Amino acid sequence: MNFEFSEEQKLVQQQARQFLTEQSPLSVVREVLERDASQVRIHEDVWQGIVKLGWPGVAIDEQYGGLGMGYLELCVLAEELGRSLAPTPFSSTVYLAAEALLLAGTEAQKERWLPAIATGGLVAGLAFVEATNGIAGQALNMRWQDGGLQGRKTPVFDAEMAQLLVVSAINEAGEPGFYLLETDQPSVRCESLTSIDPTRSIAAVEFSKAAADPMRQDLDFAATMGVIQDRAAVLFAFEQLGGAQACLEMATDYTRQRYAFGRPIASFQALKHKMADMFVAIELARSNAYYGAWSLSTGSDDLTEAACVARLSASDAYYQCSKENMQAHGGMGYTWELDCHLYYRRAQHLASVLGRQAYWKDRLIAEVA
Amino acid sequence: MDFKDSPAQAEFRHKVRQWLQANAPADNTLSRGGMESDEAMREGREWQARIYDAGWACLTWPKEYGGQGLTAIEQVIWSQEVAKFSTRDGFFAIGIGNCGPAIMLYGSDQQKQSLLPRMARADDIWCQLFSEPGAGSDVAGLKTRADKDGDSWKINGQKIWTSQAQYADYGVILTRTDPTLPKHKGLTMFFVDMKQPGVEVRPIKQADGGQAFNEVFFNDAVVPDVQRLGELNGGWGVALAVLMNERLAIGSVAPNGWPEYWDMIRKLELDGKPALEDSEVRRRTADWYVKNAGLKNAQARMLSAVANGGVPGAEASLGKLVGASMCQDISAYALDLFAEMGVCADEQMALMQAQFQKAYLYAPGLRVAGGTDEVMRNIIAEQVLGLPADVRVDKGVPFNEIKAGNIRQ
Repeated sequence: MNFEFSEEQKLVQQQARQFLTEQSPLSVVREVLERDASQVRIHEDVWQGIVKLGWPGVAIDEQYGGLGMGYLELCVLAEELGRSLAPTPFSSTVYLAAEALLLAGTEAQKERWLPAIATGGLVAGLAFVEATNGIAGQALNMRWQDGGLQGRKTPVFDAEMAQLLVVSAINEAGEPGFYLLETDQPSVRCESLTSIDPTRSIAAVEFSKAAADPMRQDLDFAATMGVIQDRAAVLFAFEQLGGAQACLEMATDYTRQRYAFGRPIASFQALKHKMADMFVAIELARSNAYYGAWSLSTGSDDLTEAACVARLSASDAYYQCSKENMQAHGGMGYTWELDCHLYYRRAQHLASVLGRQAYWKDRLIAEVA
Repeated sequence: MDFKDSPAQAEFRHKVRQWLQANAPADNTLSRGGMESDEAMREGREWQARIYDAGWACLTWPKEYGGQGLTAIEQVIWSQEVAKFSTRDGFFAIGIGNCGPAIMLYGSDQQKQSLLPRMARADDIWCQLFSEPGAGSDVAGLKTRADKDGDSWKINGQKIWTSQAQYADYGVILTRTDPTLPKHKGLTMFFVDMKQPGVEVRPIKQADGGQAFNEVFFNDAVVPDVQRLGELNGGWGVALAVLMNERLAIGSVAPNGWPEYWDMIRKLELDGKPALEDSEVRRRTADWYVKNAGLKNAQARMLSAVANGGVPGAEASLGKLVGASMCQDISAYALDLFAEMGVCADEQMALMQAQFQKAYLYAPGLRVAGGTDEVMRNIIAEQVLGLPADVRVDKGVPFNEIKAGNIRQ
């Protein structure tokens, strides 16, 4: 029994933390927060730094130009990215698009695009969601007709920078499938949207007979979609965990040095118990995320169960920790100037990216009951 | 990252399993009910003697004191495997888990040799006498006195919440030896003969109707000074060392009501349809599934730390804190699902022999026993998160000037 990351993996994590502390401190996140509506909400320098370190290719096989280290290494990177709130298209490119390519790409597509993601700095994303028809929805309006895609996807994360999108659509026979599309064409129109988390990029993307390349035709669409979601759920759980942990540390640091009624406010049980509960939520979420990481990295057949529990407890923990961190900071916590709201925003962003919680609860019970 | 045993651990597990399959009693040969009847105690002692004789008791203790000289991971493997059987394992958790280390750490060689093997075999039953009516969460506020009388001490006072005191041959007792010193400084630990005339045990009837605990009254009970554990007025340090050791006695998950609930909810029908087809039921169930998975996986992380040579810290408080409330909430929800029949606690009529009705009534006790939810949160906040202690008005004050317990104005 060894339910821990190895020393090598912890070293990868330490180096990641050091890089992000130096290159993507909260002042950088805040710079993106303050951008006006015409600017893309991705920090180019931080992203280029990440590409240079080879992080996008950490879990991609060497045959496709990656480092081939594995999912456990990717999990520890995700935790640090979540902790830092780094405004990059990492999750769209790596957890979603690269995995969709691995699962649904033809050999030629994988050979062409995976190396570009792994080392070339290619930004990619998923265009699955059609507003209220969420990631789980299969009643797609997007059409594949006469070699082109027709329809609208909202929201698409990081679409403003993405050169490549994996799009779900219905073909002329009425069957759902995956399509690969290069965004550099006039028939793809990307419109930035205002987000609850302005440190992340979201857009609506309109396709008007956009040229695209069908992906593997021999796949069960729903099952493939499920695996894409499950893998991403585990990786996002680590981002959520990192963010929740940052909130707890921020709360304990602040309440230790903030005095009221002649004593540090951290000595009041009302606050201590709140922070103890934050710790408990994080420990449960961390334990479930580790289970998810183990399942993902070993290709175990309980991935759906592991992904559901990892996602549900991580979403809960981040929400709880981000709101209670704000509360522990009192009135100052509610100011734009303090960073509490950055985590509170990101917590909801990450809880929303893969569909509503009820969907994951139903998915869990359908899997295990 | 790996869930599997090392080859040596796998071999040990295999041996444990084989022995248990051949020797663990079948469920239907055990008396009904919890740990509260004389019959259950007899079964518990028989089982403990059997595992002792076969070399499975107190695995981490040195061989000369009745153990096997193994590490915590073997103890954990044993606990995991034995939990799959309906044995009376863990019956002596407090005696062996708490009193054992107290004797091991502070007893003389002669005491260790004469007492520990008998404790490990349940030839002698031990109880722990710390809490008092006026000293629960604030246990250092205890008032039971020990007064020097020649080479002996005379003990006077009252202890409470003492499991198995009615059977106990010995008790490890924390007493006040100098009330003029501040609260934590005037305490001394002893082990006391429970079968002597000055010791009176009275059962406590709990809110759920059961009787798992006792009050113990001491009237001039005599303890020879050789039965002092640790220094005079050094009892608080002894108590902390004992409680630290208790955390090593991990391996079983605190009860949280989940296995019983999961079993029930997959069979339950509401208005002629499986309960899990109801979206509200399904999602509440998912919440608990996730929480239980978190507890299980947290346990796995803690065991990994132990297997790698670490010592579980105050994080171990988490399982009990989360599990107790979860048990209470699950049982209340189950009773609600049973509608009017939720109040029916008749074992013949109620679903699953009225387990949920019983759990509803005993769960409040889980949230208090072994440290209240609030104490657990303080432990996490202060010992794990390093937050400052609460401001204390009794700090440095001589004990006999401190108010404690219930004081009517």
